[in-house]
Amino acid sequence: MRETAVVGFAQRQMKDFDGSPSMAELLVPILAECYEQTGWAKKDIGFWCSGSSDYLAGRSFSFVSAIDAIGVLPPVNESHVEMDAAWALYEAWLKIQTGEVDTALVFGFGKASAGVLRRTLALQLDPYTMTPLWPDTVSLAALQARAGLDAGLWDEAALAEVVNRSLTDAEKNEYAVRAGGSSVEELLARPMFADPLRKHDCAPVTDGAAAIVLAAGDRAREANQRPAWISGIAHSSDGLHLGTRDLTSSGSAERAVAAAGGTAGVQVAELHAPFSHQELVLRSALGLGNDVRISPSGGALAANPMFSAGAIRIGEAAKQIWDGSADKVLGHATSGPALQQNLVCVMEGRN
Amino acid sequence: MSRTLQAPVTVAFDYTRSTGPVIGRFLTGLRDATVVGGRLADGRVAVPPPEYDPVSHQAVTEFVDLPDTGTVTSWTWVSEPVAGQPFDRPFAYALVTVDGADTGWLHAVDVASAAEIETGMKVRARWAEQRTGSVNDLVFVPDDGGDSGGATGEPGNEDVDRIITPVSLDYSYAASPEESAFFRGLAEGRILGQRCPQCKKVYVPPRGACPTDGVPTSEEVELAQVGTVTTFCVVNVPFLGQKIKPPYVSAYVLLDGADIALQHLILDIPAEEVRMGMRVEAVWRPRDEWGTSIENISHFAPADEPDADFDSYKHHL
Ligand SMILES: [Zn+2]
Repeated sequence: MRETAVVGFAQRQMKDFDGSPSMAELLVPILAECYEQTGWAKKDIGFWCSGSSDYLAGRSFSFVSAIDAIGVLPPVNESHVEMDAAWALYEAWLKIQTGEVDTALVFGFGKASAGVLRRTLALQLDPYTMTPLWPDTVSLAALQARAGLDAGLWDEAALAEVVNRSLTDAEKNEYAVRAGGSSVEELLARPMFADPLRKHDCAPVTDGAAAIVLAAGDRAREANQRPAWISGIAHSSDGLHLGTRDLTSSGSAERAVAAAGGTAGVQVAELHAPFSHQELVLRSALGLGNDVRISPSGGALAANPMFSAGAIRIGEAAKQIWDGSADKVLGHATSGPALQQNLVCVMEGRN
Repeated sequence: MSRTLQAPVTVAFDYTRSTGPVIGRFLTGLRDATVVGGRLADGRVAVPPPEYDPVSHQAVTEFVDLPDTGTVTSWTWVSEPVAGQPFDRPFAYALVTVDGADTGWLHAVDVASAAEIETGMKVRARWAEQRTGSVNDLVFVPDDGGDSGGATGEPGNEDVDRIITPVSLDYSYAASPEESAFFRGLAEGRILGQRCPQCKKVYVPPRGACPTDGVPTSEEVELAQVGTVTTFCVVNVPFLGQKIKPPYVSAYVLLDGADIALQHLILDIPAEEVRMGMRVEAVWRPRDEWGTSIENISHFAPADEPDADFDSYKHHL
C-alpha cells in the first residue's frame, strides 16, 4: 500500500442554502480553504472526485455545473459518485494507490432543503417492492429502532442519552444546525414523530458541502505537519430487502471495519449515525469500547448535509490527529436505508 | 428583494421496468391475490423473494404459495404522511412476516392510531378490487378472522412482466445569485452576463464560477441582442411537452460581446436555410407577457446582416 493521508478539510453545514443546488458559490470558498491549509493551488491537485445526487438537486447532471468551482478548463482528471463524498474519497484513495496521482481533492455537496428529503430518498430503495409504497427514510429507521427496543438491546433512555451528548458537544461546533443539550428526562417528555423516534432522534435536514485533500508520502508531509495517515479504509453493503437483514446489527459495518484492520487503539470515532439508535448499532458493530470518544463534533444529529456528512466525519476525525488530540481515530460514513452501506476510514498520527 | 429568485418545480416521469422471472412471479401472485415467497439457500422462505440469496448469492428458483395472513415483527407510526404513501392520513408501516415465511415484508397497516398496533399482532391482507400486479394491490389490516376478499375474481391470463412506477418530486427551486441577475435583467428587456475577474471572459447566463479559474464571476455586463449562430440542430422528433411543430431549429447563439453561446430557437426562416455564421437578433414577446424567464425572448430571427466570418466564432464551437 502507498502511504496516503488526509491533509486538508473544509466544510459548511447550514439549515438551508439560499441558492442554486449546483452550489458552485458555496464550494468556491471551501476549496480556497483547502488551498490555504495545504499551500497548494489547483495545479497541485492530481485527481478530483465529487459526491452528490441529481435527485436532491431536481435537475440532471447537476454535478457538471458544480465542477465550475474547481476550474475545469483546461480539462482536469475528474470523477463523480452518486454517494456521500466519503465514497468519492475511497475512489480517490484507490486512484492514489494505483500510482497514477499523488494528490486528490474530494468534495461533496447537496441542498436537501429543496425537496422533501425523507420522501426523495425513497428513490434509493428497491424499485419493485419498496419505492411504490414511498416509505420515507425516517419510517425505515424507526422500524430499526423498534426492532432493537423489542429485542431489549436498547431503551428509549439510551436513545435520549445519545441525543443529549450529541447536542451538548454540538455547542462547540460552529457549523451545527441543531445544538444545546438538555436532559434525558426533558427529551423523553417530547412527542413522538415516527414512534418510537422523536424529532430529536432524527438528523435535521441540512444543506452543505465539504472538501477533503488526500496526498501520498512526501506530498502529504509537505502539506501538513502531522498528516492523518490512512491505515485502513473499506466499505461494504447489505442486501436491499430490509426483511432479510438483522436490523439490530450491521453486517456491512462489521465487514468494513474488519477489512480496515479493526479498531484496536482507536481513541476517537466520528460516526455517521443519522438516527440516535444507529450510533448504538455502530458502536457494537465496530467494536468500540466505552473508552472511545464518540463524535465530538456533535455528529449527524447536529447537522447532516446529504452527500457530505460522511466525508465530514472523516475530516473531523482527521482534525483530531492534526492538532495532536489523538494518535488513532476512525471516520465512518453511511448511505442507504437503515445503515445499508457503511464505510470505515482508520487514520493514525506519527511522531 | 430576496437574494435569489425561487420557484416551485415538479419533476415527474414514469419508470417502466421489466420484472424478470422472480419479481414477475411475485407480482403476478399479488395480482391474483396470492403471496409468493422464495426459498433462500438456508431453507428460509423470503417475502418478497429476492432474485439472489443475499448471503450465498445463489439464484432463487424455488417458490412457495403462502397465505395472506401474518405477524407484525416491527412497526412505526407515520404521523406526517408524504405524497405517494398508501394513505394520506396517519398510518403504520410495519415489517410483516407472512405465515409460512421467515423474513419481514415492509408494508402498510391500516389502523386508526398507534395504540392499535403492536409487535406480535396478527394481520391479514386487504386486497384491492382492481389489482395490477403491484405491491399496492394490498394493505394489511388487523386479522379479525374475517374474509380477506381476495380470492374472488379470475386470475389474469398473462404473467406480470413489467411495471410502471410514476415518480413525481416537488422542489422549491432556487436560482444562483448570478442566474437571478440574468432573469431579473430579462424582466427589464435586457440580456445580462458577467465577466470573470481573472480571464475577463463574459458568460451569459452568468455562472457561479468561471470554469477556467474557479472564481465567481462578478462584473455585470449588458450584452447586445444580436449574435452569430455557432452551431445548431434541426428538431424533427416529436416529444412530450413540445410547443412548436417540427421541424424547427435549436441553436447556439454567440451574442456580440459574449464568450459563451446561449441556446435558443431560430424561427422566422425555413429550417433548411439556417446555417453556421448566420447573424440573428432577439425577438421579444409583448411586454405584458414578460416574467423573469428566458421565454421573454420568443426566439431569435435572422438579422439583416451578412454572415459572420468563421474566424470570429471558431473558438466557440
Ligand atoms: Zn476566468
